[in-house]
Amino acid sequence: MIKTLDKFHIGESGKVLAVSGERKIKRRLYDMGITNGAEIYLRKKAPLGDPIEVTVRSYELSLRNSEASCITLEVNPNA
Amino acid sequence: MHRFALAGNPNSGKTTLFNGLTGSTAHVGNWPGVTVDKREGVYKKLSEPIAIVDLPGIYSLSPYTPEEVIARNYILDEKPDCVINIIDATNLERNLYLTTQILEIDVPIVLALNMMDAVEKRGDYIDEKELEKRLGIPVVKISALKGVGLDKLMERAHEACEKGRKGKTVIEDLALQHLIGDIKIALEGQGVHNPTFHAVKLAELDELEVLMHKDTVNMVEAFKETHKDEIFGDDFEALVADARYKYITKYFSPTLKRKNKEKFIVTPSDKADKILTHKIWGIPIFLVVLFAIFHLTFSENFLFLGGFLSEGWVSLEGTAFEGVFGSGGINSPGVILMGLMEVLTGTIADAVGVWLSTSPEWVSGLICDGVLGGIFAILGFLPQILVLFLFFSILEDSGYMARIAFILDRALRKFGLSGRAFLPMIMGFGCSVPAMINTRTLADEKEKLATVRVIPFFSCGAKLPILTAVSGAIVAYFGVGNVDLITYGMYLIGMITALFAVVLMRETTLKGDTPPFIMELPSYHAPQIRNLVMLLWDKAKHFIEKAFTIILASTIIIWVISHFNFSWKYLPDELMHESILGGIGQLIQPLFTPIGFGVQLNGMGWVFAVAAITGLIAKENVVSTLGTLAACLLGSVVNIESDGGISAVSIMIQNTGITLPALLAFIAFNMTTIPCFAAVAAAKGEMANKKTFNWTLVFWIATSYIVASAIYFIGTAWWAMFIYIAVAILTVIVIRYINAKRVSKEK
Repeated sequence: MIKTLDKFHIGESGKVLAVSGERKIKRRLYDMGITNGAEIYLRKKAPLGDPIEVTVRSYELSLRNSEASCITLEVNPNA
Repeated sequence: MHRFALAGNPNSGKTTLFNGLTGSTAHVGNWPGVTVDKREGVYKKLSEPIAIVDLPGIYSLSPYTPEEVIARNYILDEKPDCVINIIDATNLERNLYLTTQILEIDVPIVLALNMMDAVEKRGDYIDEKELEKRLGIPVVKISALKGVGLDKLMERAHEACEKGRKGKTVIEDLALQHLIGDIKIALEGQGVHNPTFHAVKLAELDELEVLMHKDTVNMVEAFKETHKDEIFGDDFEALVADARYKYITKYFSPTLKRKNKEKFIVTPSDKADKILTHKIWGIPIFLVVLFAIFHLTFSENFLFLGGFLSEGWVSLEGTAFEGVFGSGGINSPGVILMGLMEVLTGTIADAVGVWLSTSPEWVSGLICDGVLGGIFAILGFLPQILVLFLFFSILEDSGYMARIAFILDRALRKFGLSGRAFLPMIMGFGCSVPAMINTRTLADEKEKLATVRVIPFFSCGAKLPILTAVSGAIVAYFGVGNVDLITYGMYLIGMITALFAVVLMRETTLKGDTPPFIMELPSYHAPQIRNLVMLLWDKAKHFIEKAFTIILASTIIIWVISHFNFSWKYLPDELMHESILGGIGQLIQPLFTPIGFGVQLNGMGWVFAVAAITGLIAKENVVSTLGTLAACLLGSVVNIESDGGISAVSIMIQNTGITLPALLAFIAFNMTTIPCFAAVAAAKGEMANKKTFNWTLVFWIATSYIVASAIYFIGTAWWAMFIYIAVAILTVIVIRYINAKRVSKEK
């Protein structure tokens, strides 16, 4: 299944297929290690539902839903 | 002297390494034109001393943040003899991403593998010999925290800097290699330094490079037309980033031998986060932490032990330390330190007073009240400023600050701010000075400026006496309301003003998108005492420097104009109404008519204006000046110590005939106008240029004038409320309309 990161449920993980959006945001996401093929795991959401916390390249990264919607992933099965 | 630069990701232990290498030689300044810290120091354990420059913590050499641009320009233009690239070994891949960019510059590099103890604790192992071979630069395992491996690191860096190095790229994509090779040849032909680095950045169409090498850009664009990548199209920025990570995972990651093969392991930090950023408990826990900090800094009834103590046993009555440790209750550490400071400054002031007792009255007045009084008023804040700052540094250092930002981001976004802006604003309730210094954690300059400007509206501890004295007098004289309610209401007005002002600025002069929130949540770790001590020492030094320069100068000016008349004759306190300041107050009195203490008070309104002006030294002075002036009017001494100035203000009401709305306006004016000189100096330090600073002063004056006059008019005639509401709504509509129009035009 393919969906964007903001649609993920807590505990789901996936492999990055594409990053879209404004150039500056995109560059920041690349710099933080979100490139094609990177594995992302949705660890938790903030108390107000936004931003979200993910594990990528074995560290914790927080980003807003609006930024997460720029990232398209292939969802890992049975995660 | 050789110069080595420290580069690395935020949270990689760079500051700890810097402190470990340079020790007491370190000093902190600003990078020119921005408010990013610049640390420099000297390493002395080699055959020759080495200058060490700490570059800002960055993830990449992209052109999008001031930190990245500073680091990049420093390595390219200032040509350090060696770059020490410090890496958090627990997070190898992302940290090496920056390394792959520095590798492209013609500069010797040494890689410092930090936090190896944490790696080994996990049962993992890094083959540094293999990594060294694959990177082509020296790799040294260190522990910055324990000071292990630092000398070896410096030796290898020293060796490397003798040899020199040519930049090379790890990009393996064939099409890209082709393009980069071509650009490089073209750049070399033009005699450009660091051709590899510039060639790669040009291939990305990096904003800074495009401006620098306009003639070479065509080459890239022509190439892009013919070589569309099947995945990335013509987005070479993505292609380059992808190529770097591909190379890292292919060649560097295998040098890490992991014990736990699972992809997403749960660390102790994650477990802590389960509680600290919990869906329900996250926010209450944060509020408790915040309360604890304020309690430890400002409370005079520490841990609420007051009720359990027998009266007076901590108060040390009759000694020099009377009341320092408490009276009734035990004082919190912050209050104790402040008390000790007062004992110290009081002793000095007394000694100087005795020493000057035979000199002319104006000399002892100038030195004791003007100079010493001014300095000591400022230094009196220092303990609590430092304690407050210490707690917030601990939050920052431990990694909890990032979580606070995470929890609160959603709520603050409505105001065009990010989650990080919350803490500095709340700190404003304690003291504006540490709050303003703390805005350094905000990445976006516009967001930061907006935050600094509204911090004074979060009414600080020193403004509380104004609130209690005036509202106490209101209740006593007019017999209306309740002191707590008025105080609370004024606090609320301050906060609403702050939020309204932020939104207004973010929609007009400081327009910009809410800064992105793509932020690392660093692992929790115990804060490092050494770093904290050095940080506090640095802040204290800065503060004292300012206290003795600009703040002192401004204080003396105000003292002089309030104690001399126009023919330069010295006046004692009780003749302040005849002073230059009094004269100025009477002259500018009409200006205060719209806020209730101008000409309608029959030539007496200036006393409030003068009190507000002396409040610039320290806001406590507002009430004491009212006390002094009340004594002038009454011709006898008015004691403000016994009732917190309520009777002084009551005398003022009686003699001036000031109305209730005007008194409220007076409180609001003091709350939102230019803060004390110490806070003004702190604000100036957080601003990149003089122009922004001047506009900030204008902003404060304008805001206080608007808020105070609104209170006065609405209080005098309630229907004026509708006018203000209408104007406010109209302003919002007009700004929205203009902004919407501009957006559609841009599209």
